[in-house]
Amino acid sequence: MGIETKNQEIEASMREIARSLLSEKNVDVIIGYTKGTVPMSSSPIMITKVEDVDKLVWNNLCYVNLAKYLVPKIPQLTDPEGGNLKIGIVSKGCVGRALIHLAVEKQINLDNIKIIGIPCNGIINRKKVEKEIGEREVFEVLASGNDIVVKGKNFEEKFPFDEYINELCKVCKVKSPPTKADLTEACIGECQEITSVQDDFADIAEFEAKTAEEKWDYIKDLLETCTRCYACREACPMCYCNLCFVDQNKPVWFGKTTDLSDIIVFHLIRAMHLAGRCVACGACSSVCPMGIDLNIITRKLEKIVKERYNFTSGIDNKTLPPMMAFKMQDSEEFMLEED
Amino acid sequence: MTVQTAQEKAKSEEWDPKIIAFLCNWCSYAGADLAGVSRIQYPPNVRIVRVPCSGRVNPYFIIKSLTDGWDGVVISGCHPGDCHYISGNLVARRRFAILNELLEFFGIEPGRVNFMWASAAEGERFAVLIRKATEKVKALGPNKKFEKKW
Repeated sequence: MGIETKNQEIEASMREIARSLLSEKNVDVIIGYTKGTVPMSSSPIMITKVEDVDKLVWNNLCYVNLAKYLVPKIPQLTDPEGGNLKIGIVSKGCVGRALIHLAVEKQINLDNIKIIGIPCNGIINRKKVEKEIGEREVFEVLASGNDIVVKGKNFEEKFPFDEYINELCKVCKVKSPPTKADLTEACIGECQEITSVQDDFADIAEFEAKTAEEKWDYIKDLLETCTRCYACREACPMCYCNLCFVDQNKPVWFGKTTDLSDIIVFHLIRAMHLAGRCVACGACSSVCPMGIDLNIITRKLEKIVKERYNFTSGIDNKTLPPMMAFKMQDSEEFMLEED
Repeated sequence: MTVQTAQEKAKSEEWDPKIIAFLCNWCSYAGADLAGVSRIQYPPNVRIVRVPCSGRVNPYFIIKSLTDGWDGVVISGCHPGDCHYISGNLVARRRFAILNELLEFFGIEPGRVNFMWASAAEGERFAVLIRKATEKVKALGPNKKFEKKW
């Protein structure tokens, strides 16, 4: 069975669930994906009427993490008195993880939320495909069989699906939203019960073996083109601070220039803030206008919290994230000691 | 006055690292004081900033120190379990563990940022550890990775 038939099945069942949720007044609004205005894109959409349900789509271009739209509370998602609406949210694995983590951080209340689970098989790496296509005009991008088919003016090209998906999707272990026994009520559609995630982090082992100079050069080359547009921050479901540290001006902590020093400090501190919270959705890399692939930092963060504190974010809504907790016997091998 | 670049500084033989030390008020600062009154010699490269607790040390402080041109950073607090605020240093320890790994991952040489515990009774230990940290930073040379071009 090809990817496109699978997607069509998912799409049909997703619309069916959405239709019944809306018509039975179980939810007031459904957040989902719709067709994008340009090829190779998708847009988020909020649906309140049953007749609009057919606008919902599911394909391998739905890269936005929809959990972003729940925090901070936006006016469309509140009733006229400012109370909570009941929300249905179309969730692939990483959206589900983000929802659970946001609930752990007490940013959202899962009682008001219905998770419409979708088994995701990977999001197309648009930057990689765009690079191959170059200047040529694209009309349509779709998954077919085991290929990504790009149709355009006077050409049609095929790329192997497994190679041209996001780096994070290649190593993704949570394809559909995770549910614990006490969350099953919120989950409809395809969700999976998952208690722990096994990962060997082989993909960053090579980078970690490099010397400090090589690592610095790599990071420098990677981030050099960053324009500090903060698109990564805006797309991140975990970046919901009212005032981001880079926007603080009393006092000004870090420069706002695009000097390499300032860029690296921004990404370093952002990584620090996401430790134990990042759900590895890859939204930051997908929205980067300069095509910077931040997945290496994401993977490192996952590795640190997994190895040090045996924690995977967004799997369990009962365990506190590592940066909110501490233990007397935490490892401290990095501390300076007398000989 | 001409501004010396990091390279020039490295070339000049009299280069000596400047290290900023964030010491917790209750243990390490008193430990440094004890080292002083006991007349234990330790390198004069460290400039001490007194903070209420090692948990007060925001990772910004450490990175800001590096971008501001300090060659090394030392953070010292009470031993686990001895914190004046019960758990400040335990919270800090997790933060530092992650920051330390991230700094290494970004290619900052290990040894540029040093974490240690020193109690108020450990003047000797404080001096030894500061000596060790200073040697490490000296071996690494001037901190130029975070140097701004303009």
